[in-house]
Amino acid sequence: MHESVVVYNRFRFLKAATLLGLVAIVLYAWHDPAGGLPNGGTWLGYGLGTIGALLILWLMWFGVRKRSYGEGHVKLEAWLSAHIYLGLSLIVVATLHTGFQFGWNVHTLAYVLMMLVIASGAFGLYAYLRYPRLMTENRRGLTLTMMMQQIADADRDCRESSMQLGEEINRAVLQASQDTRLGGSMWRQLAGRDPNCATLAALRSIERLAEKTSGAEASALRRLVTLMTKKVDLLRQARRDIQLSALMQIWLYVHVPLTFALIAALVAHVIAVFFYW
Amino acid sequence: MAERFTVAIVGSGPGGLSAAGHAAKLNVSHILLERTSHASDTIYKYQKGKLVMATPDILPLRSDFDFKLGIREDILGTWDRQLKEQGVNIRYNAEVTGIKGAKGNFQLTLADKSVIEADHVVLGIGLQGNLNKMTAPGAELPHVQYQLDDPDEYDGESIFVIGAGDAAIENAVALAKQNKVAIVNRSAEFARAKQGNLDLIRAAVDKGLVEAYHNATPVRVTANSIVLKTADGEVEAPCNRIIARLGATAPRKFVEGCGIQFPSAAPSALPEVSATYESNVPGLYVIGALGGYPLIKQAMNQGFEVIEFILGRQIEPADEPLLKEKFKGLGPVAVNDVLARIRANVPIFAELNPLVLRELMLDSTVHTPKPGDVIFKHNDYSNTFYTIVDGEVEIQVSPDDPKQVVVLGRGAFFGEMGLIAGRRRTATVAARTNAVLIETARRTMLKLIASNAPVKREMDRVAIIRQIQTYMAPNTPVESLMELAETATLQRFGKGEVLFNQGDPGDGVHLIRSGSVTVSRRIGGRDMVLNYVASGNYVGEMALLTDAPRSATVRAAVATETVKLDGEAFKRLLAHDQRLSREVETRFRERLENNARMEALPEAGSIIEFLVNQGVGEATDVLLIDESLCVRCDNCEKACAEIPSHHGMSRLDREAGPTFAAIHVPTSCRHCEHPHCMADCPPDAIHRAPNGEVFINDSCIGCGNCQRNCPYGVIQMAAPPPHKPGLLSWLLFGLGHGPGEDKSLRHVKKEGVTKHAVKCDMCKDVEGGAACVRACPTGAAIRVDPKQFLTLAALR
Ligand SMILES: Cc1cc2nc3c(=O)[nH]c(=O)nc-3n(C[C@H](O)[C@H](O)[C@H](O)COP(=O)(O)OP(=O)(O)OC[C@H]3O[C@@H](n4cnc5c(N)ncnc54)[C@H](O)[C@@H]3O)c2cc1C
Ligand code: HEM
Ligand code: SF4
Ligand code: SF4
Repeated sequence: MHESVVVYNRFRFLKAATLLGLVAIVLYAWHDPAGGLPNGGTWLGYGLGTIGALLILWLMWFGVRKRSYGEGHVKLEAWLSAHIYLGLSLIVVATLHTGFQFGWNVHTLAYVLMMLVIASGAFGLYAYLRYPRLMTENRRGLTLTMMMQQIADADRDCRESSMQLGEEINRAVLQASQDTRLGGSMWRQLAGRDPNCATLAALRSIERLAEKTSGAEASALRRLVTLMTKKVDLLRQARRDIQLSALMQIWLYVHVPLTFALIAALVAHVIAVFFYW
Repeated sequence: MAERFTVAIVGSGPGGLSAAGHAAKLNVSHILLERTSHASDTIYKYQKGKLVMATPDILPLRSDFDFKLGIREDILGTWDRQLKEQGVNIRYNAEVTGIKGAKGNFQLTLADKSVIEADHVVLGIGLQGNLNKMTAPGAELPHVQYQLDDPDEYDGESIFVIGAGDAAIENAVALAKQNKVAIVNRSAEFARAKQGNLDLIRAAVDKGLVEAYHNATPVRVTANSIVLKTADGEVEAPCNRIIARLGATAPRKFVEGCGIQFPSAAPSALPEVSATYESNVPGLYVIGALGGYPLIKQAMNQGFEVIEFILGRQIEPADEPLLKEKFKGLGPVAVNDVLARIRANVPIFAELNPLVLRELMLDSTVHTPKPGDVIFKHNDYSNTFYTIVDGEVEIQVSPDDPKQVVVLGRGAFFGEMGLIAGRRRTATVAARTNAVLIETARRTMLKLIASNAPVKREMDRVAIIRQIQTYMAPNTPVESLMELAETATLQRFGKGEVLFNQGDPGDGVHLIRSGSVTVSRRIGGRDMVLNYVASGNYVGEMALLTDAPRSATVRAAVATETVKLDGEAFKRLLAHDQRLSREVETRFRERLENNARMEALPEAGSIIEFLVNQGVGEATDVLLIDESLCVRCDNCEKACAEIPSHHGMSRLDREAGPTFAAIHVPTSCRHCEHPHCMADCPPDAIHRAPNGEVFINDSCIGCGNCQRNCPYGVIQMAAPPPHKPGLLSWLLFGLGHGPGEDKSLRHVKKEGVTKHAVKCDMCKDVEGGAACVRACPTGAAIRVDPKQFLTLAALR
């Protein structure tokens, strides 16, 4: 229907980033430093380093721009598209800047952090492109609040219809009701399912009991099974929803802190270069 | 023997109160009859602490009672004191049930069967009517109420809402946010409510937010429960509050019973009154909201004046200084002379009664352009109406060639298309000589047309010819169009009604002058939408060109008005006019192609159908979200709340609203072609900005009419939340809520502040335009004009 950040403005920023990368590669191949191997200390090395550092600062600025609501004429979508492609171009620019000289030092640390930021960004992009649609499909017109409401209703119905069904079943349903968990820790959110789902466990044991009963009690049990199944399905749907929205957010909790670590390492790298080289 | 007075005043609203006050001052024998146990029931029922507005500010107050901007309690307190001080003869609990007799000898019957006689009667009963009450035993208990001021006031209660009309549904849905709510409906379906509310309640019931009892009536109420009679017998349910919204009986029947005539059967029609507020029954006067003046100050002025008129005195109308100011540009001339000149020169205003003409002029602006001055431009979004008192203007009918003009002279009018189809101006108009023009607000003109048949007839006649020319045959001289125009009839279609069916014989062409339609065809037993056609286009030419039956069904997407032209006359015109014939042929071919492509793409047709069902067809600019891109970050909502003039409240609810094929229609204003919200705004606070944004200005009095009238539920009544700490204080010290709206504040009760209507204004004052769209990082949020969006090209 309309463009995602990837195709934004006919790949305008992909073109810009590719151009930047190509120019860097051509210059790198062509220039022949006096001291033998190319590295960060040559004129090209300084040039690429400056460009890289400025790019990183500009990429960070995105966090500020994102919150300058109502300001600036350029859509945030354009910023993100540029952020992604120019961020990726850093792989070329910064790698060439190192001249492939790595070691156990602050310089390589900065490089590795940068690559991690980029990798997390790449995952984020994947998440942004893939999960929204899955989320819409999973929701089937409900919002999470509505799912919660329906779960609460289903739970009440289960408890009510288990009232006359004997101590054992009653206890199982009540236990399931008390142990119903949604969300919780980061891992549980990301897991998207609960292997120890109390309602599911209760449902299984009720099903076993149902096989052994007959007559009026059996039909009451069938009704309870239907209700419990409904609740289990709703729980599954809600957990999937929580999982997807966690997936769309979790990577930012890696991307952003790593960005700050990167800035620290970058500053150390620059100081080290100018004062101790 | 019955008591006798010179004047009997019915209803102690601001109108009746002021009339009685003036009668007391002048020692005229009088009685003021009030149905309830207190004065001014309409204002008494306002929300507690409401700030009552004294709009229009420029109108001077003329009354023996005081009134200025203030809190409801203060105003009612002042009036109660002044009622005593001025010796007004008021009788409470005195509902008038009938008025008989004639001038000099009226008999008013009260509910208790006593009779009062009077020479003159002033009716100031307003428009609120009689609330229908619950009859079940226990209905008098204090937790049974007939009104809901503020749904946020209740939390964690178990509430039963009785009734299935709009008010009941709105209350039930609003209360369900924080309470356990059930709605009790006498019949099997929710049928009486408007579409938007039907959708709301069905969704709320489906989702278990509201419990619905159909075919149920309350039989008993106790302090903590309610007993309902249902199809399965009696049910008792715990309940600690009952809100009965059983509607009101409009005052019309009572008024007609007094012999007063209404100009039409329309529910909005009001009795016609003379310049002295006298109705068709001599001696029986109508003032205030019932007479068509929906504001307090107007009602009070009329109360004062009506007593003067009854005493046979002529007084200068209160608006005289305002009109004087309006006519300043015309030099030192008397107001009455200007009015006489308007009447003499402009035929459509010639027959208006002086009161109506003055009122019209109050809502108008007088312009005196010089030759060459542009009045409005092609594609402007203004929708006012112009009449020419003197001089000439030229209409540039072709946007490409400014030389091609039509000249209009004294007495003519222009800009009428803005009244009919709330879309952009279709031509540029400039003054040709020095001229005197009257520019009248759209709402005022619509009101005039609705209440005045001759004005409507004349406007329709001229408008039809102009519309044929503008929308169908811009290059054909008017004379050649006359024959076709003679055959034209105006036809109206409600939403979903059929203009013609596939297989019908082709008998004519429909020119859509307002609204829009969908074109669909039955394929494989299913209706498939092939096209969406907006106003300013025609449909139905295909069958005529091929002499075959209709190849598709055309349905109104929203309330639609068409000019239907006779098929034979249309063919004769084509036979004469080669150029037009070619244009029609081209369009015909384009449509054939479009239909063939759409049949191959059923998905696109379903999307059009879905969006049209969501009312997008009547939008001029609607926010859509592509859910295959939306990462649910709510940056759009946050950006909206952060716009300074939005006072921290988001005007859009991203998550609410339906989704189809990953297209989500969030709850946000669509800037309708004919905004429903504008229909009934007492201070006329809702307008359309030059770029098409529908916005509410500061004169909003908080009456809630627009919120009720908007079918899409996008208007909120809200008081601005307290000042929020800035972004830095939040970042550094954790103060406040951070970017976006703190929705928990919506439920905080605020004393002494009024809620005003707030809605999306498309960031009309923000540089760069709509903040929601600009803040969306993934490009999921888009604003579209359905004219461009509901097409094959956009949906492919
Ligand atoms: C929520 C809300 C907010 C508003 N806010 C404002 C505002 O801020 N500023 C503003 O200018 N306007 C406001 N208005 C409009 C304003 O209230 C009305 O225009 C005004 O009250 C009309 O005055 P009235 O005298 O014509 O009739 P009303 O005020 O409606 O008074 C009619 C009176 O007649 C009595 N009555 C009716 N029938 C009978 C009968 N048969 N026998 C005896 N008595 C009878 C009624 O009990 C009532 O007391 C608001 C309206 C609403 C609904
Ligand atoms: C060194 C390089 C990079 C830096 C310093 C950087 C920095 C940032 C920062 C500061 C944010 C703002 C987060 C917020 O405030 O919410 C951000 C967001 C983001 N970045 Fe990066 N980034 C880099 C590279 C990349 C790359 C290569 C990609 C993609 C391939 C990417 C994808 C994204 C995405 C998708 C967002 C989220 C947009 C949103 O939801 O608002 N980034 N980045
Ligand atoms: S607020 Fe007015 S313009 Fe906006 S959607 Fe509602 S009726 Fe239409
Ligand atoms: S800003 Fe865009 S991505 Fe974020 S919630 Fe709004 S529409 Fe979705």
